[in-house]
Amino acid sequence: MMTKIAFVRKKEIPPSAPPITEVGLIGWLRQNLFSSWLNSILTVLSVYFIVIMLWDFIPWAYGGHWNTKSLRECLDLDPDVACFSVLTARWKQLLFGLYPAEEYWRPTLTFIFLLLAIVPILFPKFFRFFWFSIIYPGLAVWLLWGGSFWSISIVYIGLTLGALFFLTLIRRYLKNYMIAAILAFLFTAVFFLFISSPLVGLLNVILPISLPFVESLKMGGFTLSLIVGVTGIVASFPIGILLALGRQSNLPVIKMICVGFIEFIRGVPLITLLFVASVLLNYFLPPGTNFDIVLRVVIMVTLFSAAYMAEVIRGGLAGLPLGQHEASASLGLTYWQSQRLIIMPQALKISIPGIVNTFIGLFKDTTLVSIISLRDPVGLASTIRADQKWNGIYWELYVAIGLMFFIFCWGMSQYSQYLERKLKTDK
Amino acid sequence: MKKLFLGVLTALALAAGGTFAGTLDDVKARGNLLCGVSTGAPGFATVDDSGKDVGFDVDYCRALAAAIFGDPMAVKFVGLTSAVRFTALAAGEVDILARNTTWTYSRDTDLKQTFLGVNYYDGQGFMVKKELGVKSTTELDGATVCIQVGTTTELNLADYFKENGMSYEPVPTADNAESQQQYLAGACDTYTTDASALHGTRVNLENPDDHLVLPEIISKEPLGPLVRHGDDNWADIGRWVLNALVIAEEKGITKGNIDSWKDTKDAEIHRLLGTGDDDILAMVGLPKNAMYNAIKAGGNYGEIFENNLGATSGINIERGVNASWTKGGILYSPPFR
Repeated sequence: MMTKIAFVRKKEIPPSAPPITEVGLIGWLRQNLFSSWLNSILTVLSVYFIVIMLWDFIPWAYGGHWNTKSLRECLDLDPDVACFSVLTARWKQLLFGLYPAEEYWRPTLTFIFLLLAIVPILFPKFFRFFWFSIIYPGLAVWLLWGGSFWSISIVYIGLTLGALFFLTLIRRYLKNYMIAAILAFLFTAVFFLFISSPLVGLLNVILPISLPFVESLKMGGFTLSLIVGVTGIVASFPIGILLALGRQSNLPVIKMICVGFIEFIRGVPLITLLFVASVLLNYFLPPGTNFDIVLRVVIMVTLFSAAYMAEVIRGGLAGLPLGQHEASASLGLTYWQSQRLIIMPQALKISIPGIVNTFIGLFKDTTLVSIISLRDPVGLASTIRADQKWNGIYWELYVAIGLMFFIFCWGMSQYSQYLERKLKTDK
Repeated sequence: MKKLFLGVLTALALAAGGTFAGTLDDVKARGNLLCGVSTGAPGFATVDDSGKDVGFDVDYCRALAAAIFGDPMAVKFVGLTSAVRFTALAAGEVDILARNTTWTYSRDTDLKQTFLGVNYYDGQGFMVKKELGVKSTTELDGATVCIQVGTTTELNLADYFKENGMSYEPVPTADNAESQQQYLAGACDTYTTDASALHGTRVNLENPDDHLVLPEIISKEPLGPLVRHGDDNWADIGRWVLNALVIAEEKGITKGNIDSWKDTKDAEIHRLLGTGDDDILAMVGLPKNAMYNAIKAGGNYGEIFENNLGATSGINIERGVNASWTKGGILYSPPFR
């Protein structure tokens, strides 16, 4: 006997909308901000604090004066709002320091080229433009400091000739890398010692290309922060890798040198190293020696950052299973091959957050140079305040400087997150 | 060990100093003067909106450059923080330090420097809000005082209150900027630092008239330019350029009227401006009209003061003890002969 079925649904029930408390704005709020009593209290408190901060900040910043001639004028107009006129009057100094005004195009161009030069390094898609990244350092030095074009290019010419000499030896005459390298080194040394300066003189006569010389005393503002920060970042990375490898080396001398260097530099505050660069080095150099102060600072910052970088990378190396080393060895790869193909790509990937952390820290640490009299933005802030017109201005300057640093550091952080996502293989 | 290290450093510094031919020759060979100034001290040294170096100390160095080269612009200003100023001078990074530096015994002797004189008599003062009703520092018993830690002003403050049998409660701050903010926020009744800085700060407060810089000065802070030990001729040049500016004010020689003294009967003026027969500046290796150029550069002492610290500058510091001795101050130059 057939069961009598009173009703059979012909169609599926259309899905009803989820409860209003679970979706949309309300759902999001419930899930993220009010998911528990504790969270609700924290949310309310946070909103309260944000509101009272903005309550004061927004009218202060929004109504700010931009076109007065002095702080006095600002105060006479309306003392309760910001006096951004100091930025109107001094923004060029905050960006370029005391760089001659008619040459502002040079640091600007250097900065634009910097952006172009890092693209091939950051994004593999553009790797074919890597040659520009190679010539950029020389170009930047020439643009910023000026002088003869040839005295900078000669460095490139010399190194290229040395490399060509090395390759020719290897291809045609010699099988031994070591001897070829030593010969190529001697060749390059002879070039720089005896040939380069007459050659520069000759080139200067044939085709004089030069820019007016700008001394380091005039460097300042964000230009200086970028010079110190970018050079430190770029140079400390390879040195850091070598130090990290050296620290793990089986050769006791190399290991001892690397460990000693890392531990010494890490044991000393950066400001101490900067004082050494600014003050102590002069005692040991003959008077009249013009060892550029910016160069001295860059070297110290680089060494400091390299020591930290080495430890970050060592952490990455330690995080790699021993099997990776053994596997690469069993494939018959040499030390450098296995580092290049197997070990470093993985170790560096693990270390990305730490590396970028060190970079950001280094970039912000460049403000310490104000203590040894360099006019970075923070140093300039006190110089600007010493002008009676702006004596007494604090917040406006520091807000502006903080914002500039934030943009750069945030950019670095964003890139590192992009890189982590891109390199993520363990889905 | 530390002593040994410092000893070695000093020996090296001296050896380094010994190789100088003579600072004047070095400066002439280089073509410009290297003058160490503050990276930022209101009235004394800073850069203006157009990037030009300006200030009381800056003008002194311009006068010195004018004396040597006849060109007040033949000088490079090296901004120095207080942390590196003395070493920069000792290491030869600058030829002269004109960086509102207090002349003290130990700086003169232990640090092996020669002070060339006093170009500004400063001293520690106090600022109070007028509503407090205090007219003198002797009424500050029991006050809270904002004070920069680790400075001589902190020690002076303790000494002064102890001497006068008064008590105070210190509110420590890191620098003048913080002192000012604390004071305005009401964290302290009064704040203390060099009087010149107090005046500059007061003018730019929201309502300057609500604040008062008390008349008492509780410490001596004679500021002046200085050079390294070991080159007396160079020290003489710096000292006498400073003196020339002071004498010029005393005699009424200004930037504007400097060319109208040719017929004066005052022999000292002729010697000073190089308009007479004897060329006494050759003794230090300067051209005959060196002091003429120095005064022409930025005016006499009074004009330099007025432009950088006085009414024209907006800082409005009174001449007070910094007036010429003929006008009740203590500025007094030895005769130019």
